[in-house]
Amino acid sequence: MAIKNFKIEKDADGIALVTFDMPGKPMNVLSADSIADLEAVIEETTKDETIKGVVITSGKDAFCAGADLTMLQHGAKDYQDQIKAHGLEAANKAFMEQSSRASRLFRRIETCGKPWAAAINGLALGGGFELTLGCHYRVAAEKAAAGLPEIKVGLFPGAGGTQRVPRLMGTPEALQMLLKGDQIPAPKAKAMNLVHDVAPQGEIVARAKAWIKNGGKAIAPWDDPKFKAPSGKVFSATGMMIWPAANALYRKETYDNYPAARAILKCVFEGLQLPMDLALKVEARYFSNVLRSKEAAAMIRSLFISMGELNKGARRPANEPKTSIKKVGVIGAGFMGAGVAYVSANAGLDVVLIDRDQAAADKGKAHSDALMSARVKKGRATEEKKAELLARIKPSADYNDLKGCDLVIEAVFEDRAVKAEATKKVQAVLGADVVFASNTSTLPITSLASEAAKPENFIGIHFFSPVDKMMLVEIIMGEKTGPKALATAIDYVRIIKKTPIVVNDTRGFYANRCVGRYLAEGHLMLMEGVPPAMIENVARMAGMPVGPLSLNDEVALDLSWRVVQATKKDLGAQAVDPAQEKLIKTMVVDKERFGRKNGKGFYDYPEGGKKKLWAGLADLQDKKLDPDTISIEELKQRFLAVQAVEAARTMAEGVVTDPREADVGSILGFGFAPYTGGTISYIDGMGAKAFVELCDRLAAKYGDRFAPPAQLREMAKKGESFYGKFGAAAKAA
Amino acid sequence: MAEAYIYDAVRTPRGRGKQDGSLHEVSTLGLATTALKAIKERNKLDTHMVDDVVLGCVDTVGESGSDIARVSALTAGYGDQVPGIQINRFCASGLDAVNFAAAQVMSGQHDMTIGGGVESMSRVGIGSEGGAWPVDPSAALPAYFMPQGVSADLIATKYGFTRDDVDAYAVESQKRAAEAWKDGRFSKSIAPVRDINGVTILDHDEYMRPGTNMQSLASLKPSFIMMGEQGGFDAVALQAHPEIEQVNHIHHAGNSSGIVDGAAAVLLGSAEAGKRAGLKPRGRIRAFCNIGSEPAMMLTGPVDVTRKLLKRAGMNFNDIDLFEVNEAFASVVLRFMQAFDADPKKVNPNGGAIALGHPLGATGAMLVGTALDELERTGKSTALITLCIGAGMGTATIIERV
Repeated sequence: MAIKNFKIEKDADGIALVTFDMPGKPMNVLSADSIADLEAVIEETTKDETIKGVVITSGKDAFCAGADLTMLQHGAKDYQDQIKAHGLEAANKAFMEQSSRASRLFRRIETCGKPWAAAINGLALGGGFELTLGCHYRVAAEKAAAGLPEIKVGLFPGAGGTQRVPRLMGTPEALQMLLKGDQIPAPKAKAMNLVHDVAPQGEIVARAKAWIKNGGKAIAPWDDPKFKAPSGKVFSATGMMIWPAANALYRKETYDNYPAARAILKCVFEGLQLPMDLALKVEARYFSNVLRSKEAAAMIRSLFISMGELNKGARRPANEPKTSIKKVGVIGAGFMGAGVAYVSANAGLDVVLIDRDQAAADKGKAHSDALMSARVKKGRATEEKKAELLARIKPSADYNDLKGCDLVIEAVFEDRAVKAEATKKVQAVLGADVVFASNTSTLPITSLASEAAKPENFIGIHFFSPVDKMMLVEIIMGEKTGPKALATAIDYVRIIKKTPIVVNDTRGFYANRCVGRYLAEGHLMLMEGVPPAMIENVARMAGMPVGPLSLNDEVALDLSWRVVQATKKDLGAQAVDPAQEKLIKTMVVDKERFGRKNGKGFYDYPEGGKKKLWAGLADLQDKKLDPDTISIEELKQRFLAVQAVEAARTMAEGVVTDPREADVGSILGFGFAPYTGGTISYIDGMGAKAFVELCDRLAAKYGDRFAPPAQLREMAKKGESFYGKFGAAAKAA
Repeated sequence: MAEAYIYDAVRTPRGRGKQDGSLHEVSTLGLATTALKAIKERNKLDTHMVDDVVLGCVDTVGESGSDIARVSALTAGYGDQVPGIQINRFCASGLDAVNFAAAQVMSGQHDMTIGGGVESMSRVGIGSEGGAWPVDPSAALPAYFMPQGVSADLIATKYGFTRDDVDAYAVESQKRAAEAWKDGRFSKSIAPVRDINGVTILDHDEYMRPGTNMQSLASLKPSFIMMGEQGGFDAVALQAHPEIEQVNHIHHAGNSSGIVDGAAAVLLGSAEAGKRAGLKPRGRIRAFCNIGSEPAMMLTGPVDVTRKLLKRAGMNFNDIDLFEVNEAFASVVLRFMQAFDADPKKVNPNGGAIALGHPLGATGAMLVGTALDELERTGKSTALITLCIGAGMGTATIIERV
């Protein structure tokens, strides 16, 4: 078989330089194809007696981006076929054989008898970095970085990573690295003992060869019978110090919701007690198990594949010509507008930041100054970068400064008249053809667009707070919004490196509708008599990043009170649960507890101290349930189901049209339990039938807010899934 | 079913479980042998009659490994044919040893047995044995493993005991133990530890601090805050009991059981075997049982096992005259009393492990003797002995005078 993905060049010293360079691809990945080639490379270089050792490097900018995750996704179908053909045990065995192929390959490098050195010229991630860990020596370019990010998509480094890392560094550090999945710059990688040497880019191959020439040994440290792991034996006094806390901290961080994280702990714990070959076998058993998990499948789909597709502009109208966005106008220099100005300038755009008067506009720019100063202080940016960024923001009270803007984003007070005025003023300067975006979170885009001369150029670009941290942007299509506006909005969101989802105009759009349900569920549990701490803790145990009461304090309770009133006005009294209304009214009107902003909400915020649930909450509960009689499982289900069923409604109503957007939007926008893959994957994961049954049960017990939409009921009857029903159509669009 | 009678119960004094403790120079073997010899000598027992010696011991490594029961029987001169077995159910090992020994008699398979226990905590540190439970993620995660002290604080938080509550309980334990010693209530059971020349090494419980009061305890810092907060165990506690906002750390060295060295032995047998040995029964084992309890709180087993045992024995809580509830931590006993609305006077009337110390593997057997002595002293009839246990278990035994 001809080797396509690697080039082998033997030098006069008998050292083979193997260059990983996949033809026609921007990055090297470990695919079925490249793995087969690497197998051939190993056999060839091992057989060839004139070859003394091997240096492996890459012909791309990056060394290797890791495994091709789409390949992993396809494995799932083969597995199902195997079960049908040969039964479960045989299928599991075959699946493990397949999923541990890279692991065996890297072990083959390690034990082939010839020294292998990796010249890591650029980013080496996941399986790509594990490949180098199988080499006997690693030299990294100064600009290179290494990392094992598998955990971020519900997987773990299953090609030796969980075994070699804790044999290179202490167990706590190894667990930290494996469980966090961060990228590690070359100098730090050396300090962590992950690479042996760091050198200028041009010298790494020479250094790797020199190591071989100077007698580099073809034996990994752990294959020496006298090898001792850095933290010693698992069953030792040191082990007793390390493991109980490691297990506890794992639970603290993950709530035991992530099979991959759990598997990392187990692989390290069990593997460190075994010789390498057996340790790798144990790792392979866990890896094949996690790879087949619902969580891994959902996380790979949402957090890798779908997010990647949306980031590349999957929803951009294909026929729309490429836009050129160099300069944006931001109207309103309040907290949101200032944040929009910052992320725009940070992406290299020129920004005109407009407010009523110069002082207000300057204050908006000062936000960027503060953010950059903090980054400089943390060593994440330089003074020059800060100066450059600030130079790109022009604060002004004069709409005429907007001249030349390619896009205008309005973030003024949530008032129809104020917004209409801004629209008019912008059009007076830029005309009707400029794309005008409103960052409203509450007002319908269609009605705001009616103030524009050309509603087809009016669109919603809904940021989340704080703008610099939140990675999701909801793009809202008004009834008349046209393709140019959509293309411009998506292109802009791509420039600022956030993830766009496109939703149709409706009250609350997508994310806030789901979040509203989450907050309300917390309110209602409180009024049912569930202990407040239990509401908060169980919400986090369900996978939410923040408890509903805490989140409500952050967004402000008086805002919730206004939303309650507006909801009643717009949709009628029946749209608000009286128990919820009573609670919010008591908190805001009677007790003046507005949330964190006035230091008292569901929590008290003692100065300099830790926030604590307000003791007075107990008095607001008519009855108190005995916590030992409350089903924790049901509380968790309520938190997730109430949001998921709302997401299903948005799909039934056509507000969200693509399950990828619902999923990615829910994780990025409001942190919906990432292990589920998002609101829609949560439903698909258990099946529409089981979800409808769950909803019906919860609706009977707790109310109509759990009632599934007719479309979902129909899907349950037909055995359909959202991805099956809408996924293909959405992709084709 | 045969009856298992209690013919005698002895214990060594409890030595402070540190290098400066009086019993630190005495090995695990030496402690166990002292207890077994005392049984033999006090009862002028023909030890050939003993069918088995069951000893509880928790950390069975080094000097306490390799079946300490058999070698102790040999060393105590019981004779080649007397076998021994070491068992471990953590803190209840000593009581389980008595129960297992009694079960042999009750089943009719053996006629005379010894149940007891030994622990030299100064020489074999707590936790020396290791094990899957605290370290192996496959065990620690489903068990919500946390150090016992954090569990004790969790119990206090969940059931609403304050720092004052647990400290007041500790003061009372010290007071009762001091009175008991002053009154000579332990003297019947104490087998002093002596050297090879017969010189006494220790003849009293040396861990006690009779002057303890609320003020002196108030100065002690909670012991488990660091573990709870930085070790991640508070988070584990909250995930097991999410109704709690924050674990209230209130236990410290002064309201937790003391680390001590000691051994105990209880002589059991059928009526007929007692007659043959010329012994008069002091009491009988009426009933016993074990239970698993919620593992995160870990130490609430005494409540669960007491309910189970009373039901099995067809008895009510008020049928029991005296309770010995091991004072692993103050909150354990407070929870026991709260759950049964027990009269505090009936629970641990002579103090407990907070004042006297808790030699892990031996305590259960010691408490059998303490309870029996107290029943005899007060002329009462029935006592229930129970201990909380690591990983969430409970063991309880009901004894009565005959």
